[in-house]
Amino acid sequence: MTSKVAMKLNVNGEAHEILAEPRELLIHALREQLDLTGPHVGCETSHCGACTIIMNGMSVKSCTLFAVQAQGAEITTIEGIGNPDDLHVLQEKFSEHHGLQCGFCTPGMITRAAVFLEENPDPTEEEIRFGMAGNICRCTGYQNIVKSILAAAADIQAAKEAAQ
Amino acid sequence: MIPGAFDYHRPRDIGDVLALLAEHGDDARVIAGGHSLVPMMKLRVAEVPHLIDLQDVESLRGIGIENGCVTIGAMVTQHELVNDAMLFEVAPILREAALQIADPQVRYMGTIGGNVANGDPGNDMPGVLQCLDAQLVLRGPDGEREVAARDFYEAAFTTMRHDSEILTEIRFGIPKGGSAYEKQKRKIGDYATAAAAVVLAREGNLCSAASIAMTNLSDTPVWSATAAEALVGSMVDDAAISKSVDCMLNDIDPVEDNRGSIAFKRHVAGIILGRAIKRAWNGAEGRQT
Amino acid sequence: MNEIIQDKEIRAANLKGLGCSRRRVEDARFTQGKGNYIDDIKLPGMLYGDFVRSPFAHARVKSINTDAAMALDGVVAVLTAKDLEPLSLHWMPTLAGDKQMVLADGKVLFQGQEVAFVVANDRYVAADAVELIEVEYEELPVIVDPFEAMKSDVVLREDIADQKEGAHGARKHHNHIFFWEAGDETATDQAIEASDIVAEETVYYHRTHPCPLETCGSIASMDKVNGKLTLWGTFQAPHVVRTVASLLSGIEEHNIRVISPDIGGGFGNKVGVYPGYVCSIVASIVTGKPVKWVEDRMENLMSTAFARDYWMKGRISATREGKITGLHCHVTANHGAFDSCADPTKYPAGFMSVCTGSYDIPVAYLGVDGVYTNRAPGGVAYRCSFRVTEAVYFIERMIEVLAIELNMDSAELRRINFIRKEQFPYRSALGWEYDSGDYHTAWDRALKTVGYEDLRREQAERLESFRLGKTRSLMGIGLSFFTEIVGAGPVKNCDILGMGMFDSCEIRVHPTGSAIARLGTINQGQGHATTFAQIMASETGIPADSITIEEGDTDTAPYGLGTYGSRSTPVAGAAMAMAGRKIRAKAQMIAAYLLEVHDDDVDFDIDRFVVKGAPERFKTMKEIAFAAYNQAIPGLEPGLEAVSYYDPPNMTYPFGAYVCVMDIDVDTGVADIRRFFALDDCGTRINPMIIEGQVHGGLTEALAVAMGQELAYDDMGNVKTGTLMDFFLPTAWETPNYETDHTVTPSPHHPIGAKGVGESPHVGGVPCLSNAVQDAFRPFGLRHADMPHDHWRIWKMASELELHG
Repeated sequence: MTSKVAMKLNVNGEAHEILAEPRELLIHALREQLDLTGPHVGCETSHCGACTIIMNGMSVKSCTLFAVQAQGAEITTIEGIGNPDDLHVLQEKFSEHHGLQCGFCTPGMITRAAVFLEENPDPTEEEIRFGMAGNICRCTGYQNIVKSILAAAADIQAAKEAAQ
Repeated sequence: MIPGAFDYHRPRDIGDVLALLAEHGDDARVIAGGHSLVPMMKLRVAEVPHLIDLQDVESLRGIGIENGCVTIGAMVTQHELVNDAMLFEVAPILREAALQIADPQVRYMGTIGGNVANGDPGNDMPGVLQCLDAQLVLRGPDGEREVAARDFYEAAFTTMRHDSEILTEIRFGIPKGGSAYEKQKRKIGDYATAAAAVVLAREGNLCSAASIAMTNLSDTPVWSATAAEALVGSMVDDAAISKSVDCMLNDIDPVEDNRGSIAFKRHVAGIILGRAIKRAWNGAEGRQT
Repeated sequence: MNEIIQDKEIRAANLKGLGCSRRRVEDARFTQGKGNYIDDIKLPGMLYGDFVRSPFAHARVKSINTDAAMALDGVVAVLTAKDLEPLSLHWMPTLAGDKQMVLADGKVLFQGQEVAFVVANDRYVAADAVELIEVEYEELPVIVDPFEAMKSDVVLREDIADQKEGAHGARKHHNHIFFWEAGDETATDQAIEASDIVAEETVYYHRTHPCPLETCGSIASMDKVNGKLTLWGTFQAPHVVRTVASLLSGIEEHNIRVISPDIGGGFGNKVGVYPGYVCSIVASIVTGKPVKWVEDRMENLMSTAFARDYWMKGRISATREGKITGLHCHVTANHGAFDSCADPTKYPAGFMSVCTGSYDIPVAYLGVDGVYTNRAPGGVAYRCSFRVTEAVYFIERMIEVLAIELNMDSAELRRINFIRKEQFPYRSALGWEYDSGDYHTAWDRALKTVGYEDLRREQAERLESFRLGKTRSLMGIGLSFFTEIVGAGPVKNCDILGMGMFDSCEIRVHPTGSAIARLGTINQGQGHATTFAQIMASETGIPADSITIEEGDTDTAPYGLGTYGSRSTPVAGAAMAMAGRKIRAKAQMIAAYLLEVHDDDVDFDIDRFVVKGAPERFKTMKEIAFAAYNQAIPGLEPGLEAVSYYDPPNMTYPFGAYVCVMDIDVDTGVADIRRFFALDDCGTRINPMIIEGQVHGGLTEALAVAMGQELAYDDMGNVKTGTLMDFFLPTAWETPNYETDHTVTPSPHHPIGAKGVGESPHVGGVPCLSNAVQDAFRPFGLRHADMPHDHWRIWKMASELELHG
């Protein structure tokens, strides 16, 4: 075992200092050290996206990053996307359009979709399918996930227009 | 899947990277995006006592376009390649190819340098860069040298890069004419069953210059000079394409795997090369030299 | 008058009972990252287990040296078969009446087999320790093919080499497991021989894996002070696990508490009992600390519960007009190293004998030989009911082959042979009683919706263009009609390890009129907490939003057989309705008492009891619930609770009509699914939104299996598809949009007429997709080609038909 490294992470708006062995995967640091069990381990080879989080504005697969690589990073997990009193529109829409079943992929799906919509606020169905292709769902067949994201995009657009 | 232990280094400049490489020799590996290396470490296929993270080395970043020449830092991500409007203007094949690599999350992390340097014959950028006749800039203890992408690959995971060197930059002249990257894969995230990178220049009705490279059809990317020559001077009609495909087939050497048999891969290679040539040729019409 | 109706509508809407697309109550925690899956559970002092696994498919284990691992800081214990032997836990019984090594006892029989179990204070240390364990192997000849196994001198299962009798009768060979048959072979042979037309084909349904996104895992915590064992795990049948754990460990069943937390998809993978569960229990007993074991993806694919791997040799006969006269099927089933199939005890080949499908076939025969090989054990129903997927794929391929033989459109051939509406309940030649159906209506509606005639015309035009060299794309039209057999099952013929396959529900209505109901099933994404509450709401008049549904904790839930084989709605859903009716019956008495009328003089009306002929006089369920707790009612016990253990009189038989249209690139083998239409009839519909979601998901798993997903082995028994790079799970990009539709033919024997739907789309989807691919090549002489239809194999079809010039 190599010695642990002192690390600073800003997760969901809170500053954390943790000690991590260099080989500790970011997903384990989040789940085991910070008790953020929203992101899940699914495939372990960066194919399924269940571990997706937002790091410095990017969607990344936290099972394929060492925690030390995230030194100093701004991280958002599903737990920081919204809260019971102020849900993110995607959290609302996934439920409204039945975009989830067993729920295991859902945190990764929603955190990915949040970044996707930041980059492409008015997507077509095809763009959603391509933009969400890093996340596997075994239950829904994606149709209702696509529907949920389209609905969220429409809501975001409507809110923007109302604000103008 | 839990990786073995290692020491982690995060140097800020290339000098420090080279010093670490000199110190640890074979025991050290550099990590860029890590999406090839980390899974290998988790499977304990790759043992890496010293991991050198390049993310703080600012000089490895950035895309430059000057005097007809494109330079791309080794740490430029696939995501950046996709989203750089200027780069798309001068070399659209890079966006096209980058979008065929892995998936969105992986493209945020995965870098062109990693894709090029690790020597995996499944990677897409090596073939694209051979097609563009790119130069790969290596920095080592004895300074900098350039190796043509077409010379860089010796065998699977074996390249001209010495253990003491790192890839810093990729340079190529702005390609003239049209281009296409055709890739057949089983699904998002897969390596190519076969892929073809084509750049064609057009003068009037004739092809004035051509370059063709194939991906995952040999233990290295395959730049096929004869396949390109078969098109030059032609009207890129069916006969010329067929001749080009035949030449390419002489140069590739696929192996059977889960994606298919040798016969299948050779057939698909021919089909997608034909399609790539046609698309590049159509594109070339609008980008006459 | 209008005002009262309006009021009724509002009351019915507030109830959120049967038939409404109620939003799921599960969603809040899952969308906010607050699900509680097995790997999310952390107990004080918890240790982590990890396996040393065999790299070889068949080898003798000469020695295991654990010294270096034990010396590693943080390693608490290393278990091998030697350590488990004194506890008689080095082997465990399987659900199929066989036994399976928990840890390698002298030899290994498949790649990835569990050899030693490391327990450490950290999962990283455990993984390091696994690397330090030296196992000396002597390689033995590997047999991955069941036909070779039946001829080979090599004895795979030395432990039972001399046993002539297995759990299901005589064994024909040392690598043979069982022979099982149904129907009249002589009569079938005679009927087939006497027929105008006979079609023969061997259909291989390849080995695959359910591969839920969450892998399997468990946490065992032995409290030595109180003698209580708590076991959390990914269990689709928690009560059965408790019983098995008690029988295995000798701990009395009341001292074992099994908890299935949130489960990240099951699809059959989490029905079985795996060595990891047993090892975590033993390790907790040994160390006195909680021990967690969670497999990684490769371990999941290599060692826990595969599906299919059936070689189905068929003969089907018909008159010249296309009326089917007989069906003969023989299956060679590759069960791998141990017979760990999860089937009801009396059905070692599951419900494969439903292979006469949706057709009125006068005589049929099925024989199944189960065989050992050096592949992983398992044989679960992957999103289907006990081999129904195999059965439906077989008959739907045989129909296509027969259509070729008859030179007939297979849509018409199906129509000619469907069991007619008036024939239900229908007894099939292989002994099943189909409860209800209206196949012709469903079929005609499906064909009309997709414009079948136009599609065939378009296909003919495309074919003409192809022949003229104008296109290299062919069009395939895939048809399938399926009948499922789900909801196992009547206790008289269905049990798991002797436990009858009933299910259960217990309801407690609280004084203020809300309630909790507990069931013997366990949700894995189906939305039980949402839909069971809807059933109860309609039965009791308590709004669904005021009902909590709980499952998965054996200390609180009534005994049930769990969730798989689409049995939750048919069996536990029925128990829910029956328990609800008991609540309603008592409520009626209370209402009558409060309203001072005779019990028969009140009617149930949505959420209340109303005095007949006096609509202004009523008591709401809320009032009744309160009265149940605060009034002394003569002749009635206080409280408002009910329990129902439901033994279904029969299975249910959902059905459906599917059509798929594909464009196939002959040169690359790439198939583009242009259209997929699915009409399902699952009887009474509880929640249309959830039904549609189930259909989308099942179709996507069908797409995976038909078009590329395979658990492939090489000749050395190495798994070739051990990661998600090679094991095909489609992403959103590869998945089409589906069109769904339905008819409603209620089950006559189910309390609310519901039949179950979760698995139908998988069962019907696979043959539909496969038929589409093969239909494209029918004009060129293709009879049959095996799945999966990945690019390579489609290209190979075209190549063998000389379509590549």
